[in-house]
Amino acid sequence: MNQHHRHEPLISLNKVNLHFGRNHVLQDISTELHKGCITTLIGPNGAGKTTLVRLILGLLKPDSGTIWQESNLRIGYMPQKLQIDKTFPLTVERFLKTAQNCSKAQMKAVLSDVGASLLLEQSIHHLSGGEMQRVLLARALLRDPHLLVLDEPVQGVDINGQLELYNLISRIRDERGCGVLMISHDLHLVMASTDHVVCINHHVCCSGHPEHVTNDPSFTELFGIKGSEQLAVYSHHHNHNHDEQGNAIPDPASDHNPRNKKGCC
Amino acid sequence: MPDFLIFALLGGLGVATVAGPLGSFVVWRRMAYFGDTLAHSALLGVSIGFLLDINLNLAVIICCVGLAVSLVTLQRQRMVATDTLLGIMAHSALSLGLVAVALLEIRVDLMSYLFGDLLAVSPQDLFWIYGGGFGVLLLLKLLWQPLLAITINEELAHVEGVNVPATRLILMLLIAIVIAIAMKIVGLLLITSLLIIPAAAARRLARTPEQMAVGAGIIGCLSIIGGITLSWHFDTPAGPSVVVASLAIFIALYSLPTKQQA
Repeated sequence: MNQHHRHEPLISLNKVNLHFGRNHVLQDISTELHKGCITTLIGPNGAGKTTLVRLILGLLKPDSGTIWQESNLRIGYMPQKLQIDKTFPLTVERFLKTAQNCSKAQMKAVLSDVGASLLLEQSIHHLSGGEMQRVLLARALLRDPHLLVLDEPVQGVDINGQLELYNLISRIRDERGCGVLMISHDLHLVMASTDHVVCINHHVCCSGHPEHVTNDPSFTELFGIKGSEQLAVYSHHHNHNHDEQGNAIPDPASDHNPRNKKGCC
Repeated sequence: MPDFLIFALLGGLGVATVAGPLGSFVVWRRMAYFGDTLAHSALLGVSIGFLLDINLNLAVIICCVGLAVSLVTLQRQRMVATDTLLGIMAHSALSLGLVAVALLEIRVDLMSYLFGDLLAVSPQDLFWIYGGGFGVLLLLKLLWQPLLAITINEELAHVEGVNVPATRLILMLLIAIVIAIAMKIVGLLLITSLLIIPAAAARRLARTPEQMAVGAGIIGCLSIIGGITLSWHFDTPAGPSVVVASLAIFIALYSLPTKQQA
């Protein structure tokens, strides 16, 4: 998987900071997204994952720091949830057409790519959670993106469906060679299909290859226990703790710099 | 058929055709109260028009647009909830208009502004209705895709390159124009009904946004014809008769047995 990181970067963040009022939501975030590489963003609730994604999408502007992106970068975005008002009559076909002016054949092809070929004529209001996720993914793919951004792509999908969707996402990466950024809560499911993990809790706690992370004994211990995902995300390193705002408190016994960009996994 | 009836019919059909698609956006984006607020400011526009001695239709459009822009600005400050803000603006604008009319001693037929005067539509009104209506429909056609995109999801639209604030502002502008030209037909207290009742009725039959927009226009036209007929035969007020006719269509469509909806 190493070769993915030698690819050219699509987006690069350098010491990005963002405040919501007095809340220092993102602190000195530096990271890169690469072509052909699946990057997974993990962290506890309220860690700033969605905020970071919104910065990358250009929906928010950072207070300081820079966000560089490749010129003419085309992003396919799959939002966490899409609430379409019931008063808005919409079939899957018409919905897909709002992404890109495309032929029926193209729509059928992309729907069968995501395993939803029977849904073309359906009303968008009658889709199940998993079907809706697949249609959203299809819509993002129709734009032929350089970078796919997926905010919790498996939300509201059962375990089998989640595994299928993750496999689908890595297959799409293999076939299209696009970069992928996704937010996930459950690292143990996403592990097999990710190349790079960035763990944030307002700042970048750690980042690296998933094998690297999984080999950490404390990680396996914590991620093996059901229901401890929330803790597991940031308890597998030992050189600093967090205060309520998620600021790092250095452990006096540790020589490590808590803001070390190489991470602590 | 007497001339005034032909003018009334032409004016009404023109307004209903434009109100259909725009009313669909009002329904989709839950802007009914917003439309009502703009409509309530129309009387203020009329008195400003008298004061500055400019065309009254133009004055109403300017007043509605001004209110729409200040609403957006105030909404961003988030001092009060949006519905509270709309409530304050709607009734203050109406009261300010009534006070201004009294203070300036303008001789206007208040009832015709409040409830419309369909049977008094003049050729000059027709010019405004068709000129304004054509402009609105043209803009709608040009901006149809981005308008649908921001209605589905504004963030998604932004990521895909739509200028969301500009598109939203243009939609408000279009609604303001339609309100100004529709005031003559049903009056400022009933304008919102002409926007939302045909659109809501058309929802019942539509599977795509385009079908709903066109359907709303057709149902609006049928309501105009029904309302004028009612008014002609039973000597009822024309504006309210149109609203009653559209309500009848709405109820009829929703009493149909349900089939799968999109």
